[in-house]
Amino acid sequence: MSGIIGRKVGITRVFGDDGRSTTVTVVEAGPCTVSQIKTREKDGYSAIQLGFESKREKNAIKPEVAHFKKAGVGPKRIVREFRCFPEDAELSLGDEIKVDSFVEGDRITVAGWAKGKGFQGVMRRHGFGGGPKTHGQSDRPRSPGSIGQASYPARVFKGLRMAGRTGGQKVTLKHRKIVQIIPEKNLILIEGTVPGSKSGLLIIQK
Amino acid sequence: MNKLDAVVAGQLKTDVPEFASGDTLAVHTKVREGDKERIQIFEGVVIKRKGSGINASFTVRKISNGIGVERVFPIHSPNIAKVVKVRAGKVRRAKLYYLRGLKGKAARITEKR
Repeated sequence: MSGIIGRKVGITRVFGDDGRSTTVTVVEAGPCTVSQIKTREKDGYSAIQLGFESKREKNAIKPEVAHFKKAGVGPKRIVREFRCFPEDAELSLGDEIKVDSFVEGDRITVAGWAKGKGFQGVMRRHGFGGGPKTHGQSDRPRSPGSIGQASYPARVFKGLRMAGRTGGQKVTLKHRKIVQIIPEKNLILIEGTVPGSKSGLLIIQK
Repeated sequence: MNKLDAVVAGQLKTDVPEFASGDTLAVHTKVREGDKERIQIFEGVVIKRKGSGINASFTVRKISNGIGVERVFPIHSPNIAKVVKVRAGKVRRAKLYYLRGLKGKAARITEKR
């Protein structure tokens, strides 16, 4: 069980031994630094806090600098807590977590922030079918259709799927396969696509 | 080098001959039948080249038993054992889609000398 923070590099393909092509997302992950260890006794739950990407001390606020000083490292740009590490993990402050904590073939959970798509209709946003193109239909090819009944209930139910802002939210994909790991370049190749733009932040957990 | 290119650099073939649309190629493909593997040759005219890097592919068209057949090959696929350039063709465009509407004598391509 392990976790790491990374950024999406892009998408390419890898040919297998049998000649099959696999779409892979290349992720540059880590090295991440353990900046805090939360324990059940002290904090009420167990977690590992990881820092990713250094920033200059003059760009960090003093509490940040002090927090990372405890771990003996410089301030980090991105800090995330992971609860996937086992409680008895032999990690100490300042330890580095690299892509080699994962193994090729592992199934991982990848979370990212989807690209914002603006105000979208129900077909794109919720996969509705839209209206008929023919049979006398004239002007509602992408409409949502009926949104309810009549004098009873005389209202539209909450949570009804309608048009609106789409994308930009956190999306978590489970059970993604690691195709390849390139430790010397800190790269992980994940089968298929993952949410977000190039250089978008990704949280990877096993 | 761009990080993505670096990932696929090892997979790129270096022994692919230079060829362009209008050339006639013999593509030696690996065909797996059960646990046996043999080479099948697909010979025809290249009607397009597409993509770059690891994603590059080309389309070969031939007339098989009077029926036009087109196959798309990824250049860097390990299923392609060998590509042999049989004949260089002289054409004036990059995508020879017009060949699809022609047959017989009209579909000939003059040889480049």
